[in-house]
Amino acid sequence: MPGKLKAKIVAGRHLPVMDRASDLTDAFVEVKFGNTTFKTDVYPKSLNPQWNSEWFKFEVDDEDLQDEPLQITVLDHDTYSANDAIGKVYIDIDPLLCTEAASVISGWFPIYDTIHGIRGEINVLVKVELFNDLNRFRQSSCGVKFFCTTSIPRGYRAAMVHGFVEELVVNEDPEYQWIDRIRTPRASNEARQRLISLMSGELQRKIGLKVLEMGGNAVVGYLQCFDLEGESGLVVRAIGTACTLDKISSGSFSNTHTHPNTAPPSNACNSPSKDGKESPLAHGCRSTHNSPVHSACSSQRLSQNFSVSVPTLIFTGMGSGGSAGKEAGPLKTLLRQQTQTALEQREFPFFTLTSFPPAFLVHVGGVVSARSVKLLDRIHNPDEPETRDAWWEEIRQEIKSHAKALGCHAVIGYSENTSICEEVCILSASGTAAILNPRYMREGCLDMGSTDHRFDDPSPPSCGFCHIPYDELNMPFPAQLTYCYNCRRQKVPDVLFTTIDLPTEAAVTGKGCLIQARLCRLKKRAQGEVNATAISNLLPFMEYELHTQLMNKLKLRSMNALFGLHIQISVGENMLLGLASATGVYLTALPAPGGIQVAGKTPSELNEQHVLTIQKRINDTIAKNKELYQITPPELTEEGVGSPIPEPRHRSRLFRSHSESSDEVSELDLSHGKKDAFVLEIDDTDAVEDIHSLLTDASPPTGFYSCNTETMPGIYNWTTAVQMFTSVRVLRLSNANLSNQSLNKIFTDLCENLLKSFYFKLRSMIPCCLCHLNFNVAVPEEELIQVSVTAVAMTFDKDQAQERPAERFITKGGSETEDQLQFSLELCADTSSTNSQTSSKISGVQENALVSSRAASVDYGSFADRCSTWLELLRLKAHTIRRGSVKTISSLEHCSPLTEGRSRSLRSSRSFGGSSVTMVKMTPLSFLPGTRIIKYLGIINMFFIRETTSLREEGGVSGFLHSFIAEVFAMVRAHVAALGGNAVVSYSMKDCVLMENPNKNQAQCLINVSGDAVVCVRETDPEPVAQMVNSGQTCAADGTS
Amino acid sequence: MSVELDVFVGNTTIMDEEVYQLWLDGYTVNDAVKARVDAGVLDECEATEDVLLSDTMDQYRTFQMCERLLQSPAKLANQLLFQITPHRQAMLIERYYAFDDPFVREVLGKKLSKGTKKDLDDISAKTGVTLKSCRRQFDNFKRVFKVVEELKGPLVENIRQHFLLSDKLARDYAAIVFFANNRFETGKKKLQYLTFQDFAFCAGQLINNWTVGAVDNMVEDMDVDLDKEFLQELKELKILITDKDLLDQHKSLVCTALRGKTKALPEMEANFKNLSRGLVNIATKLTNTKDVRDFFIDLVEKFIEPCRSDRWTSADLKLYLTHYTNSAHILDTFKHQAVWDRYMGVIKSCIFKMYHD
Repeated sequence: MPGKLKAKIVAGRHLPVMDRASDLTDAFVEVKFGNTTFKTDVYPKSLNPQWNSEWFKFEVDDEDLQDEPLQITVLDHDTYSANDAIGKVYIDIDPLLCTEAASVISGWFPIYDTIHGIRGEINVLVKVELFNDLNRFRQSSCGVKFFCTTSIPRGYRAAMVHGFVEELVVNEDPEYQWIDRIRTPRASNEARQRLISLMSGELQRKIGLKVLEMGGNAVVGYLQCFDLEGESGLVVRAIGTACTLDKISSGSFSNTHTHPNTAPPSNACNSPSKDGKESPLAHGCRSTHNSPVHSACSSQRLSQNFSVSVPTLIFTGMGSGGSAGKEAGPLKTLLRQQTQTALEQREFPFFTLTSFPPAFLVHVGGVVSARSVKLLDRIHNPDEPETRDAWWEEIRQEIKSHAKALGCHAVIGYSENTSICEEVCILSASGTAAILNPRYMREGCLDMGSTDHRFDDPSPPSCGFCHIPYDELNMPFPAQLTYCYNCRRQKVPDVLFTTIDLPTEAAVTGKGCLIQARLCRLKKRAQGEVNATAISNLLPFMEYELHTQLMNKLKLRSMNALFGLHIQISVGENMLLGLASATGVYLTALPAPGGIQVAGKTPSELNEQHVLTIQKRINDTIAKNKELYQITPPELTEEGVGSPIPEPRHRSRLFRSHSESSDEVSELDLSHGKKDAFVLEIDDTDAVEDIHSLLTDASPPTGFYSCNTETMPGIYNWTTAVQMFTSVRVLRLSNANLSNQSLNKIFTDLCENLLKSFYFKLRSMIPCCLCHLNFNVAVPEEELIQVSVTAVAMTFDKDQAQERPAERFITKGGSETEDQLQFSLELCADTSSTNSQTSSKISGVQENALVSSRAASVDYGSFADRCSTWLELLRLKAHTIRRGSVKTISSLEHCSPLTEGRSRSLRSSRSFGGSSVTMVKMTPLSFLPGTRIIKYLGIINMFFIRETTSLREEGGVSGFLHSFIAEVFAMVRAHVAALGGNAVVSYSMKDCVLMENPNKNQAQCLINVSGDAVVCVRETDPEPVAQMVNSGQTCAADGTS
Repeated sequence: MSVELDVFVGNTTIMDEEVYQLWLDGYTVNDAVKARVDAGVLDECEATEDVLLSDTMDQYRTFQMCERLLQSPAKLANQLLFQITPHRQAMLIERYYAFDDPFVREVLGKKLSKGTKKDLDDISAKTGVTLKSCRRQFDNFKRVFKVVEELKGPLVENIRQHFLLSDKLARDYAAIVFFANNRFETGKKKLQYLTFQDFAFCAGQLINNWTVGAVDNMVEDMDVDLDKEFLQELKELKILITDKDLLDQHKSLVCTALRGKTKALPEMEANFKNLSRGLVNIATKLTNTKDVRDFFIDLVEKFIEPCRSDRWTSADLKLYLTHYTNSAHILDTFKHQAVWDRYMGVIKSCIFKMYHD
């Protein structure tokens, strides 16, 4: 008996009146775990019962502890008839199984009923006593920590990143079982909620086992999804990145997030103290990472000599800072090759992480994605979900090969999703092809503080990742290559698309903005095979068109890179919806985007005029946007600039092929474009429409910025004000005969209007940025388009936001002398003393980078083959997306976040004053500005169903969904508070499935949310804690010496 | 093409104070949108009317969901559904319980019954306050009345604690409850010139001095009902007007004291007996519930109107009443000093408040 679960029911409050005669309730509680049930006494005639029960004890297997939720049912006692259920509370006890997380669950939980919503609250205490020692955990997977956060959680450091873990479980959906015809909707909903809770418990346990097998102790970037396949069943699947995480001792904790530049790198180099506590500087934190002893013992695979043990990718070379520096050049190369092979040997070198410790990411190739259309059939044997596994396996292979084609050995920012309509299912996966560097640690520290001479620096981290990973003479797709505008050593593409967050150290000019491409495509109604084929035939065109739109919009904003790209294609009975969201930025390292040139095909007088007008409008918009986003690229020095690489003629052989099959597509021949001219030809009305839609995208009102990444490039000085929100809008298309064009317009307007609504509602927060705008589209029924959005609005300090990156460093110096004279003095001293050392290492890096980009050129041959048979690919329903580039990463702009970190902390300590509100903050980001996370309490993963048979009385669908979403928030907050937390980070609403039947006065909705429950404290510490900068990135800075 | 569903839910509940006020004032969504357009909200954020409509609907829904909680404000603080900061909660409650002076003047002193509720549409038409808002205000009065009716302890404090209202608003509610309980007549034409605040002040005086609670503070209904014993004792004051000697003596004492201090002395002298009879008669009749109801109208008719027709200034009035009260102490045969002070103290301040120059 490995565990004893104890629960105590304390009291209830605000219970509903169950007895009309007395206006009171005779409540009692059933506590159920597995097959054991306990009951409390009836507390008669009260709406605020005080049960104060004994401790109910369940003796259970740890396997059950992981799978089962604790189920609490509140009932009204009735002498003569059956007891009426008031509602239920499901408590996931997983967080109690982790020693580092919560130790007790105690608090008020909303009593939830799937028909009536929240009906009062109940106060519950839950504890777990585990009898066994830690080793026994290995049989189940208790103790493996789960994080939704897609970066290394704050307060931890990754001793090792083991890689991709995935699992899926299937079951019959209770809603579609025969019994559902005779049972009440409530019973059916509860059966479903319970089943999904069990399935996610099981899934988590199974993933945990895989992690333990790999030698890890945590899953980061855990992404769990439900596929409601209807008749054919219910699939719960999850992916994540297995890691070995070490908790950073609390003493040095606050420093973990410190941007490398905060503490002089030299400090780390000069004073290689093995323990943070011994560090001479108050924020000489780095040293913690240095302690080789610590990480060495924590992970068996970490060979003492830093690194690259196989087959796991080591990510924390930090483990052995001391030895790293001693490695000789050739050895490095060898190690690199080893790692690469190691990576390639792995089944799927995928990472669900979107942001990485500095220097981990070497080069970024570009976005890779694959889609596949499948026909669902009943899952015959739920224990052997082979078909679904095989489907995903196929897609992942595809992704892997795409990455290879881009000269990359890994895929980062990886995610998977599905869209189901009747029996057709589109499976999608996407990520960013990349080259990762296990030896980043040493290199990372080299560039520290070298901002001033970034142009002399051979391989500054601010541009390294942009450098192409593939062979320039054998490019996977046509791209304009130039020498990096930052370092001038390596080549970069003209445009870069990625699915990851903007690396902290990237050099960016101006601000970023949300860029969306929206597309509707009608399709014929069809069944089975025919339908699936029709959809798969449409997919590549949609994908292409979305990309064209993105590209146009990017140019229109005078930007050259997209981060956080997420493309969703949703299928309905008679249409397909495509929505691509990303955050556009101007990467300093990449060439300035050329303008857009409009050309008329038919040279008529009238047309000419028209073309001119449009051209003018486009030019004006570009100029306006440049100002708006403060895109003023640094004046380029004459040397070496603008010497584009002679265009390799043979490059356009790939991938374009499919474009020819679409007339719309051919209007925009990307490979034609001159360096500075992006030609739009107007030859039919479609194109005119396209241009119009291009220009109608409104920019956010003054004082607002928006992005779908963790934070906005160019804004760092956040205040503590955050407002997370969820918004859902459903549009009914009443007109049956819509054309693609008008449908596009409707869809575009829907998205634009949503954004406008947000700006308006949040106007009191100006200056403000909407971060992590996550749009989700669905076609719940014929004629309906549903868009749901979750995002967070954060205010920032206006004055400093205006500063350009280049100036920030100076400002920072100034403020530092004022704020923390002591530190800055030390900083100066250290910097000067280690300058020489620094530069020498830089050169080392450079060599390596070159080597790596060469070494990375993989077999394009096979890829070319694949692509030449594009039609075949169509049938394979998979598709790779172009755009990429490369290089070594380290750190350059480290200075900037520091300033903000400091100013923020000062500010926050002021603004917080004496407020003592016990509130639970929620955010889709991995951090809360102005605070630091001191503890992760466990994952929150909740699934709710709400149904009503009195839709009108509840205020129609809007009223119904409004209260349901509010209830979901309330339940999440209550669970977090009961775990002892005060915030949820990396919150997301994965599903919001709404079905309505207004004629019958009915509606049903399913919502799935997840996030990480945390305890965070105000950042009253005057030390700069650059939290918003790349969550949880441990500073690689140290290692050297 | 139509918007089938449109919701926006914030983790911290978003509430615009202006929209809240419009909702409280009983505006329909469309009227509220118009009002907001007129107020120039659109210029603030480059919004369109659609945006405004969607926002207004969202907020109205939120307020409707909150209404249940606002009706028992203590719940608002420990409910879990809406995350609202404490100072915002206080704002919501305070505004929800705020009322319109024209409306309350109509209802003041009336029985808070279904009958009165039926008359609300007339009141709405008369005051220009929307029916919806009238209902809310009326229900608030009734709810507060019901709750405090059964509680021991000081009225104002009870209201403040149960409804989490500010001191000022709690005092106003105490006045409303007190008036409703004693059914004071306030609607007569002669009383129309008095504002709610005049009455609220008087109610405060009565509650603090004439109720049971003024002497014993742990009795039920202590602050709502007048002290019966005291009312009985007031009968003793009759001697001041029935005993001819005493009346003359009182008059001469007052007139002597006033000599040279006011221009209105002749009128005061001439009216003394009338005025004194008026005030003492009010006192002696207060044992009748009917006469309690007419307390304010009596004060106006028997005292304020005669003074006003003689064009007394407020200062005159103050002077007169002060000396009138104090002189009674010097009357050697007058034994009821304590009752007299308790009576006149309230009468004096009520008349000051009710006497508009």
